[in-house]
Amino acid sequence: MLTTPVARTALRLARVVSLLVAVVVGSFWLMAASPVDPVQAYVGADVAAIGPEQREQIAERWGLDDPPLERFAAWAGNVLTGDLGESQIFGEPVAVVLADRAAASLALMATAWVLSGVLGFALGVLAGVRAGTVVDRVLSWWAYLLASAPTFWVGLLLLYLFSVSLGWTPVGGAVPSGTLPGEATVGERLHHLLLPAATLSLVGVSPVLLHTRQAVVEAMASDHVAFARAQGERGWGLVLHRVLRNAAGPAVVLQFATIGELFGGSLLAEQVFTYPGLGEATTQAALRQDVPLLLGIAMVTALVVLVGNAVGRVLGRVVDPRAAVLAA
Amino acid sequence: MSLLVRTTDDLALDGGPGDVVLPGRGRRTRTLVWLGVAVLLVVGLVVAAALVSGGAGDTDLPARNEGPSPDHPFGTDRLGRDVLERTLVGLRLSLVVGTSAALGSGAIALVLALVAVAGGRVGEAVVTWLVDLFLALPHLVLLILLTFALGGGTTAVVLAIAVTHWPRLTLVLTAVAREVAGSDHVAISRGLGHGRGYVARRHLVPHLLPQLSVGTVLMFPHAILHEASLSFLGLGIDPGLPAIGVMLSEAMRSLSAGYWWLALLPGLALLVVVKLVDTIGESARALLDPRSHHL
Repeated sequence: MLTTPVARTALRLARVVSLLVAVVVGSFWLMAASPVDPVQAYVGADVAAIGPEQREQIAERWGLDDPPLERFAAWAGNVLTGDLGESQIFGEPVAVVLADRAAASLALMATAWVLSGVLGFALGVLAGVRAGTVVDRVLSWWAYLLASAPTFWVGLLLLYLFSVSLGWTPVGGAVPSGTLPGEATVGERLHHLLLPAATLSLVGVSPVLLHTRQAVVEAMASDHVAFARAQGERGWGLVLHRVLRNAAGPAVVLQFATIGELFGGSLLAEQVFTYPGLGEATTQAALRQDVPLLLGIAMVTALVVLVGNAVGRVLGRVVDPRAAVLAA
Repeated sequence: MSLLVRTTDDLALDGGPGDVVLPGRGRRTRTLVWLGVAVLLVVGLVVAAALVSGGAGDTDLPARNEGPSPDHPFGTDRLGRDVLERTLVGLRLSLVVGTSAALGSGAIALVLALVAVAGGRVGEAVVTWLVDLFLALPHLVLLILLTFALGGGTTAVVLAIAVTHWPRLTLVLTAVAREVAGSDHVAISRGLGHGRGYVARRHLVPHLLPQLSVGTVLMFPHAILHEASLSFLGLGIDPGLPAIGVMLSEAMRSLSAGYWWLALLPGLALLVVVKLVDTIGESARALLDPRSHHL
C-alpha cells in the first residue's frame, strides 16, 4: 500500500497543505478570539476623540459584527485571490509590506544561515576528528554555552563592543541615518548588515556544530573507517573520503529544520539593531495589534518552515541515501 | 585498579562539556556531585531572591547609573535601583515561568504520547500531525499569536509558554512508549486479557516517568529563554516588573551611554541559571538512563 514514490510524494504534499491550512485557520481563530478590541487598537490614543457612531461605522466597514465564520470566509476568499488585506500600522497592503520587509530580512537571514551552516559544519568536523583534545573541548564548550545564550543578549554585547566602544560598526538601521534606502551603496548596506548577521551566525553555529561533532565521532569509530585505516588511509584524506558524507546528511536536515528558529532569532536581532526587516515588522505588528499583518506573517513563516523542512528532508536523502532506507 | 583505569578511559572517550577530573572518583559520583551543586545553587537563588524581593523596587536617585562596586556588585540602573537585587527577583520569575511550562507541557506531552500509542494508527497519526502543526510556526511567532489571543500581559505570556513546549517531549515519549508497547511483556499482558487502559497504566507509565521527569526539567531552559525574548521585545512580562528581558530591553536604550553592566551582568546571570537547570536535567538523565551517555 502506498509504496510507489509518486503516491508517497502526493501523501506528503497533502500533509504539508493540510498543516498550512490548519495554521491559517488556527491563526485566524486566535486573532478572532482575542479580547483586544480591533477598533481601539486601530485608533489608539485618539479613542476618546471618536464617538460611538464613528466606532460603529468602522466596525461595520471591517465587518466586525459578522459571525466569525462569515468573516473567515470573506478573508480566506480574498487570500486565495492574493489579497491579504491592509496593514493598519503601515497603511499599505499586507503583501507589499511583507515583500518590502522580506527583501531586507532575506539578506540578513541568508547570510546568517549560510555562515552558521558552513562554519558549524567545518568546526563540528574539526571537533569530531580531534575529539578529546583541547581544540574539541574549546569548540564544544563554546557551542554548549552559546546554545543557551539569549540571541538578543549576544547582540547587545556585540553592539556595545563594536559599535559603542570601538566604533567600527554603525549603531543600527539598514542604511546610514539620513539616507534613503534607495541611495545607500552596497558597501554601506553590508556595513550595517555585519553585526546582526554576526549575532545570528554566532548563535546559530551551536546546533550544527554539536550534531556534526557527534556524527563525526560515530563515523570515526565505525567499521568502515577502521577498514580504511587498515588499508593505510590516514589524516584528512580519510576524513574527506570516509567521514564527511556520513556527517553531512544530518547537518543538512538540521540546517533546513532550524529556519524557523532563525526567524525567531531575526526578530530579536532586528530589535537590537533596529534593522527594518520582517522580524521588526512582526514585533511592531504585535505591539500595535495589527491583525491583518500578523496573519500574513504567520502564513508566510509557516510556509517557509514547512517548505524548508521538506527541502531539507529531500536533500538529506540525496546526501545520505541510508536515511531513505531507514525511513521506509 | 581496573575501575580506575576504566574511569580515565571513559574520560578520554567522552571529553564532552561538563567533565571535571576528580581523580579516583567514578563518573556516577561526579555526576551526583554536579547534580547536587546545581540544585543547591538554584535553591540558593530562590532563597536569595526571597530575601531581597522587598528592596528590589527601591529607587535611589542620587546613586543612579553607577558601575559595579562592593555596595552594588551589579551596579545600579537609571532610577538607582540595585541591579543585582532586580536580577535575582527576575531570575526567580524565570524559574516560575519554567515551572509552569514544565507542569503544563509535561502533562500535555504525557497524555498525547499515551494517546499516540494506545490509540492505534489513528491516534498516532493525529498526534504526529498535531506535533507537526505546532512546529510549523517559528516558536516566537506562535507565542506572539497565543499571547495576543489571551489578551496580553504577564498571565497570558506565562500561559502561552506553558502550553507550547510539549512537541519535542511528545516525540521522545511516543518513541519510548512505542518501544515498550512492542515488547514481549506487554504482549503477554494483552494475552492475559488486560485492556489498553490497564496496559497503559501498569506497563507504559512506569517506563515513561523517568523520561518525563528529565524531559520536563530540560524544558526549563527553552521556556525561560522564550519568556526573556518576549519580554525583551516588549510583548511579555509587564514592563514594570523586574524580569531579565525587561531589564535588558531597558539596558539597550542606555547602551550607547556606556552603561555596559546593565546589559552584561543580568544576561550573564540568566545564562548561568539556564546552564544550571540544564546540568540538573542532563545529570538526572545520565543517572536514570546511563546508556544515553555511553553513545
